[in-house]
Amino acid sequence: MTTTWLERRRSRIDDVAAGRSLGAEAFRRLRREPAAIVGAIIIGLFVVVAAFAPLLAPHDGGQAFPQLQENLRPGNIPGPQEGFPLGSDQLGRDFFSRMILASQQTLLVGVLATLIGLVFGVVIGTVAGAFGGWVDTVLMRVTDVLLAIPSLLLAISVAALAASPSQTTVIIAVSIVSVPIFARLLRGAMLAQRNSDHVVAATALGVKRPAVVLRHMLPNSIGPVIVQATLTLATAILDAAALSFLGLGDADPGRAEWGLMLAQAQTYLDVRPALAFYPALAIILVALGFTLLGESLREAIDPKGRR
Amino acid sequence: MTAVHHADDARSTGTASAPLLSVRDLRVAFQRKGEPETVAVDGVSFDVAPGQVVGLVGESGCGKSVTSMAIMRLLPERGVRVSGSVVMDGTDLLTLSDAQMRERRGRDLSMVFQDPLTSLNPVIPVGLQITEVLRRHRGMGKEAARKAAVELLDRVGIPDPRRRLDSYPHQLSGGMRQRALIAIALACSPRLLIADEPTTALDVTIQAQILELLRELVEETGAALVMITHDLGVVAGLCETVNVLYAGRIVERAQRHRLFSTPRHPYTHGLLRSIPRLDSPQGEELPAIRGSVVDNVPWTHACAFAPRCPRALDLCREETPAGETSGGRLLRCHNPVPASAE
Repeated sequence: MTTTWLERRRSRIDDVAAGRSLGAEAFRRLRREPAAIVGAIIIGLFVVVAAFAPLLAPHDGGQAFPQLQENLRPGNIPGPQEGFPLGSDQLGRDFFSRMILASQQTLLVGVLATLIGLVFGVVIGTVAGAFGGWVDTVLMRVTDVLLAIPSLLLAISVAALAASPSQTTVIIAVSIVSVPIFARLLRGAMLAQRNSDHVVAATALGVKRPAVVLRHMLPNSIGPVIVQATLTLATAILDAAALSFLGLGDADPGRAEWGLMLAQAQTYLDVRPALAFYPALAIILVALGFTLLGESLREAIDPKGRR
Repeated sequence: MTAVHHADDARSTGTASAPLLSVRDLRVAFQRKGEPETVAVDGVSFDVAPGQVVGLVGESGCGKSVTSMAIMRLLPERGVRVSGSVVMDGTDLLTLSDAQMRERRGRDLSMVFQDPLTSLNPVIPVGLQITEVLRRHRGMGKEAARKAAVELLDRVGIPDPRRRLDSYPHQLSGGMRQRALIAIALACSPRLLIADEPTTALDVTIQAQILELLRELVEETGAALVMITHDLGVVAGLCETVNVLYAGRIVERAQRHRLFSTPRHPYTHGLLRSIPRLDSPQGEELPAIRGSVVDNVPWTHACAFAPRCPRALDLCREETPAGETSGGRLLRCHNPVPASAE
């Protein structure tokens, strides 16, 4: 049975009457956006692969196989064959398994770096936006300095400061880069909220200052920051890959990481370009997924963009 | 109409008692670097007795909202100079610390704002915005506050109040939002309610309902109401005493029926004559006050209304008229409309 236009209209009216929150409303708009769906599918696949990587990978990523090593010589890296869908890497290990296992590292670095950046950025932005005055000035000048340095350069400098490169230094370096963006964004939104009618109204009711800031100003300002977080996830993954590529990540050759794999594949570009192609493709796809979802989320949350 | 008059009389006897709020020489000046200060409110004084409804009327920019914000101490501290006194219960609100003032806001004196959509927090359900105030000032628990909130919403005429507690502001109609705002303002039974153009953002039928509700609530709770409006119809229906503001000063104050029957200040006179009447002859042009508020001259050495005044004398452009009180009526004019003119 097909539903008529009128019936659909009615159910829509019922939805509104049923009292759906702003979040539900944004989700409804998101569901109708093709870009959001594509982004969500890419991210969904990526997360599933990362979560079940040890089960999905046919072999141990660190183990070298005699049947692959047999044909491994300076001018030749074995391609796809029985049991090894993507062939060998430069050390005779299963390339396919390593691609899958690497997704875990990428997800971990991306999510952790973004979360850490988000927490510090939100704290700084809230304090600056709520207090104003000299506190605001000091915090914002510091973030300005950080923003003035190109993000990758800043991440490289921070990572290079560490005594020995490791996964942790990559995460810290990438998160520091995202802090000023979150802080600036939130501070601007908070300032706009400060003189808004409902904040003045809450003040007129004697609501205490911390409650005004945390319950009335922050929830109304956080939307764009959440959107920025999804976009930052994409750049965090790219930056982390870049750091590994430049040798500023974990140096353990047994570790599977897309950026590191891309770096190592450089030497063998003329022998077997696939070694560079697949990690690069994976990085691009994941970054694209988060960007698509982030952009659609921005449009879904923005009340002016309602269609 | 008789019921209104009856209530009027009952309350006017209370006018003689000690005022609940006493505003004296309130002056608000906005300062900017390198520029002369702008005086938005210039020596405003008025009293509000318990249970009384006082109107503050004037056109845009005359200082009505600034007056209310100054009483509530909601003006920013930087670049604003407030002087004079706002005495409530024997304490000057202007001398209180920020924390002491916060303690009183919402509990002793409360405010209803003009735009009910923007004055409610869009991301929090309406119920939470009521319980927040109850828990803050009354120290109520979650459940008790929720119960009280249902009663409040019911009292201001919101149907199905239990369900509406979880509604977000954008899911309510304009009238319901204003009712919710009134419920929030009255949650802790303040003795003074300031309503800053509470009906301006609403359509006419809803306006009438909201005004009726405010009148009922004021009578019921015994709270005093300061009604700020540019709408003389609102004044006619609600206020006992009316203060007419022009360019930051009160130019005329009188009991409602006296003000409407015999306006003495040319500005009040012009305002009342510019209201369209159903019984006026067809085709007759509506009288208007010429010029606009930008034509004001400063009060310092003239009457601010002189450039627009049809009765202006040379004296009006040379000397500031003093406020003269006679028979419970304040008038600031060199050449008032004769009492028998209309």
